[in-house]
Amino acid sequence: MEQTKYMNPYLAGLLLGLLLIATIYITGRGLGASGAVKSVTVATVEVLAPYHTGNTHFYKEYSGEHTGSPLMNWLVFEMVGVVIGAFISGLISNRLDFKLEKGPRATTRIRVIGAIIGGMLWGFGSQLGRGCTSGAALSGMAVMSTGGIITMFAIFGGAYGFAYFFRKFWI
Amino acid sequence: MGPLVPDIIGNDLNFIVALVIGILFGAILEQAGFSTSKKLVGLFYGYDFTVLRVFFTAGIVAMIGVLALSHFGLLDINLTFINPTFLWSAIIGGLIMGLGFVVGGFCPGTSVCAAAIGKIDAMIFIGGAILGVLLFAEGYPLFEGFYKSANLGNPRLFETLGMSQTLFASLFTIVALMAFIGVSIIENRVNGIKKMTPQFKTVYITIAAIGLVVALTAFILPERKSSLIKLVEDVNVIKSAKLDYMTADELSFRIMNDDKKLQIIDFRPAKEYEKFNLPKSTLFLIDNLFEKEPNKLLTISHKVNVFVANDEISEKKMAIIASELGYKNIRILKGGLNEFKNQLYNTQITCDTTNQEGRDTYRFRMRASQLLPKLIEQNKTAGPVKKTQKRVVGGC
Repeated sequence: MEQTKYMNPYLAGLLLGLLLIATIYITGRGLGASGAVKSVTVATVEVLAPYHTGNTHFYKEYSGEHTGSPLMNWLVFEMVGVVIGAFISGLISNRLDFKLEKGPRATTRIRVIGAIIGGMLWGFGSQLGRGCTSGAALSGMAVMSTGGIITMFAIFGGAYGFAYFFRKFWI
Repeated sequence: MGPLVPDIIGNDLNFIVALVIGILFGAILEQAGFSTSKKLVGLFYGYDFTVLRVFFTAGIVAMIGVLALSHFGLLDINLTFINPTFLWSAIIGGLIMGLGFVVGGFCPGTSVCAAAIGKIDAMIFIGGAILGVLLFAEGYPLFEGFYKSANLGNPRLFETLGMSQTLFASLFTIVALMAFIGVSIIENRVNGIKKMTPQFKTVYITIAAIGLVVALTAFILPERKSSLIKLVEDVNVIKSAKLDYMTADELSFRIMNDDKKLQIIDFRPAKEYEKFNLPKSTLFLIDNLFEKEPNKLLTISHKVNVFVANDEISEKKMAIIASELGYKNIRILKGGLNEFKNQLYNTQITCDTTNQEGRDTYRFRMRASQLLPKLIEQNKTAGPVKKTQKRVVGGC
């Protein structure tokens, strides 16, 4: 079966915007993603090296701000939902498939290394910038937060600035 | 009034809410095409601007929606999470993420979405992201100073720029709309498509119409708070308002008998309140009437809320605003606190002692004038209405 076409981007944007409004109205906070990665990381380190989390500054600060298990976190639940939602959507539109996507000129090796390094940059950058595209840029835009909008421009501006050097990855 | 968490929706139920919101979030992202890195980075090479379209449409819809909700008094923006601004870490963090975008092809949310439908590169990306957080965590002592530098608090961009929020939202919307047109031209050029016919599909028109209606109503209908404050400046409104009174005698009687139902809401300036305040009274500012938490005091059932101020007119104004906001069981002190104090400290003048009722009143007032000043003196000030509810902690 052929995969269904993607939704009209403006319609998807409208729906996403309405979802964000509902999220802020109900919970008082926006959407997010990188916070869940952080929670998973902290939880993993807690299991693997409990002594380490007890005496390292970052983890101490984290447990000072959060109570209970790092996995009992709003964003973790939200991201579990994202996995379910995206899976259902992929199922309906016939897009479920194990594959490694890469640009026409990129080798698998380059794509794998790029994904790891890119992921690391995001993991690091989102901690430094206090949020990623969802938590800082999109949700920040909704509440007109100065910091969120600055981060948004830095993300997109940075990506445009660096795009030329990595064109072989994608085009 | 929103946010509904934590009082209407408890913290445990909030996790279920998170799950449901996440499901919708994931489904929308996947349907929009955010589950493929090729589509995501297309934005930076000019061949596919889907991300920009979805992202900015969502941004302006949400911005206008949040604006409208707080405009109509449905959302207390003071309790909503506003991402804090740490200038340098926001910029450098953003640039690092930008680099990560063109190198990795995803951002965290979209990578999870793509991994859910089986994209192997997305799964690798998530692994990298975990490593990145780990790197930050381990090296945190090195970055901490920079991470916490230039803390500007939680400003909102229109405040930083010194303009009204409606103006800012309008300008932002115009910029976004121009960007939509601009990127379509670029996209067609890059992909070698010649025809450039603006498409007025039903979807576009519907979306634009909804946005326009919301924006226009926000412009035309005044903000709830300022319109109510303006309303009570009208003399006729004050005259024609039907309000329940409580006489100074009844109030003294209730205070002396330690009436549990009584709640006195004091609207005088804080300085005057500190000097003289009645037992069972709470200091209220006009702003408190529009905030989520202080209002809980007014909605406790079976309570009689007596609004007091120095004069009756001020009391009336507040009572009209409160009843417009839907609060019940509100009464105002007849003659205001001026009259109350006058009666309390000069008993002789006001009573007609030629009949039985007058004599009773006189006796009551004599007793009140002995007892009440003591009660008032003993009373420790409750101070301004307590706000324990803090801003929601959000963000990543």
